Amino acid sequence: MTTMKILKPGMYTTIQDGGRYNYQKSGMSVAGAMDQFSFRVANILVGNKDSEACLEATLFGLEIKFTGDALISVTGADLEPKINNKDIDMWSGVKVSDGDVLSFGTYQSGCRSYIAIAHGIDVPEVMGSKSTYVKGKVGGFQGRVLKEGDEIKIGSAVENDFTIIKNLPSEFIPSYKKDNIIRVVMGPQDDYFTVDGINTFFDCQYDVTKEADRMGYRLSGDKISHKIGADIISDGITMGSVQVPGHGAPIIMMADRQTTGGYTKIATIIAPDINIVGQLKPGDNVRFKLVDIEEAHRIYRKYMKDFDVIKDCVEKSICSTIGSKKLKVWVNNKEYEVSVQEIT
Amino acid sequence: MYEKTKYLISGDKALVIEFGDSIEEAINAKIRSITLAIEKEGIIGIIETIPTYRSLMVIYEPMILELEDLIDKVKAIEAKMGEMKLPDAKVIEIPTLYGGEYGPDIEFVAEQNNISIDDVIKIHASRSYLIYMIGFTPGFPYLGGMDDKIATPRLQTPRTKIPVGSVGIAGKQTGIYPIESPGGWQLIGRTPVKLYDPYRKDPVLLNAGDYIKFVQIDEVEYKEIEALESEGKYKVIIKEKDRR
Repeated sequence: MTTMKILKPGMYTTIQDGGRYNYQKSGMSVAGAMDQFSFRVANILVGNKDSEACLEATLFGLEIKFTGDALISVTGADLEPKINNKDIDMWSGVKVSDGDVLSFGTYQSGCRSYIAIAHGIDVPEVMGSKSTYVKGKVGGFQGRVLKEGDEIKIGSAVENDFTIIKNLPSEFIPSYKKDNIIRVVMGPQDDYFTVDGINTFFDCQYDVTKEADRMGYRLSGDKISHKIGADIISDGITMGSVQVPGHGAPIIMMADRQTTGGYTKIATIIAPDINIVGQLKPGDNVRFKLVDIEEAHRIYRKYMKDFDVIKDCVEKSICSTIGSKKLKVWVNNKEYEVSVQEIT
Repeated sequence: MYEKTKYLISGDKALVIEFGDSIEEAINAKIRSITLAIEKEGIIGIIETIPTYRSLMVIYEPMILELEDLIDKVKAIEAKMGEMKLPDAKVIEIPTLYGGEYGPDIEFVAEQNNISIDDVIKIHASRSYLIYMIGFTPGFPYLGGMDDKIATPRLQTPRTKIPVGSVGIAGKQTGIYPIESPGGWQLIGRTPVKLYDPYRKDPVLLNAGDYIKFVQIDEVEYKEIEALESEGKYKVIIKEKDRR
């Protein structure tokens, strides 16, 4: 049996997948990976279906010991991943052998790292998903954040797993920055705000405060003014809804958001940019940029099609496990990064 | 209720169909009908829906279903809906232990309204409440129709931990906490019935459009029901809603 044992849980590590749908009408939060792009790519790199559950590690300190061989990948935030204290490549398949320890240092960029394991994580689906919804004590490993000593069954590697190690071409690897432009569409309650309020929202920089977690991000910055009040009769909330309560500071609703709420929502972040928000940490900042719904859907379609392109590229990015070396070469003064492997 | 239904964009994957801007049984009935009609129609590309007091959020996949098509289809459903036959509403009984450590704010509620604690209980347990929607946390029912005689403002400082099953009042609303969470409601009692259990066949006990009725119990009954619930053996009492 192949397992992973949590030696150190790090700051906040949970099992997450694409999210728990179909129960929002019962007040059940969707949960799921905060950065769906990194999450899906992690799975693609180990040959899983896109929606298989991964570990989501936050900021620093996770340490895992593997019993049995496994093929894994680490994507998302750079939290200095190492195996047996040696740096490993991110955005690439990595072979882990029986007894190896995968450890994380601290954040170099981004906030959340995703660890996918070939053949998945063996925890039960609850209400159709393996995602941990901590507040509802449901999903993942015993419905909670991982703790020291937890032993979790994972898919056993098969010989085939290691014949081809896949990696993501560098042009697809996101870079996480302190300053970010986040695209939104207006509404659903933009008519509750004054013109000044809307101008403030788009003109000012908003900083991520310390109150930023899987449920939502409270931002600080210039106060956004309402026409009359900030309260509405409760309606639905979606991922990336930007709520503005009476105090005038926006709150971005994220994966563990409540399904309904009674505050005005000035705008909604487009799906591809929610992945960027999922990698923000306190001290980072955002500026909001308006797109119309047609443009948002064009961006979305390209984003979704990119996953097919990525799958194709990953399939072609064949490099052998053993003796594979990354080198830089110069041709006509242009720099290229190449992988070199020994042909036997 | 609006004369013309509003269609509000809520990002690239959700549409809000808004029927009004008030809490009314008629609006809620319309939402209930259209939700059932949309489910029945089985529109490909709709992921799920969230009915609320006055609107229906439709979550869709833009790769499968274009926004314009979605709006057209909903409009067509709305036009032909007419008098749709809805399943009869049910009344679910919620056994509740009032006062004491289970409902520490009941005295405050009584004082605020210049009535006795017994009156608070009598008034609270006298009627059935329409479940307008489920939201906020798993299984949390938003109930309508509480008597103004026991209306009480929220706590000045919300509690950080409210026990599971707590029954409370906030302004003119009453409700039950299905999971332990922070909150500012005035707590008047507690029910041993689990509104939410993720490992049960039906994880959430209540559905929007049904009614609940609070039934006063004593501590002995509370413990009995609690014991049965922990073994998954308690059966809630469900009655037909009296037709008027």
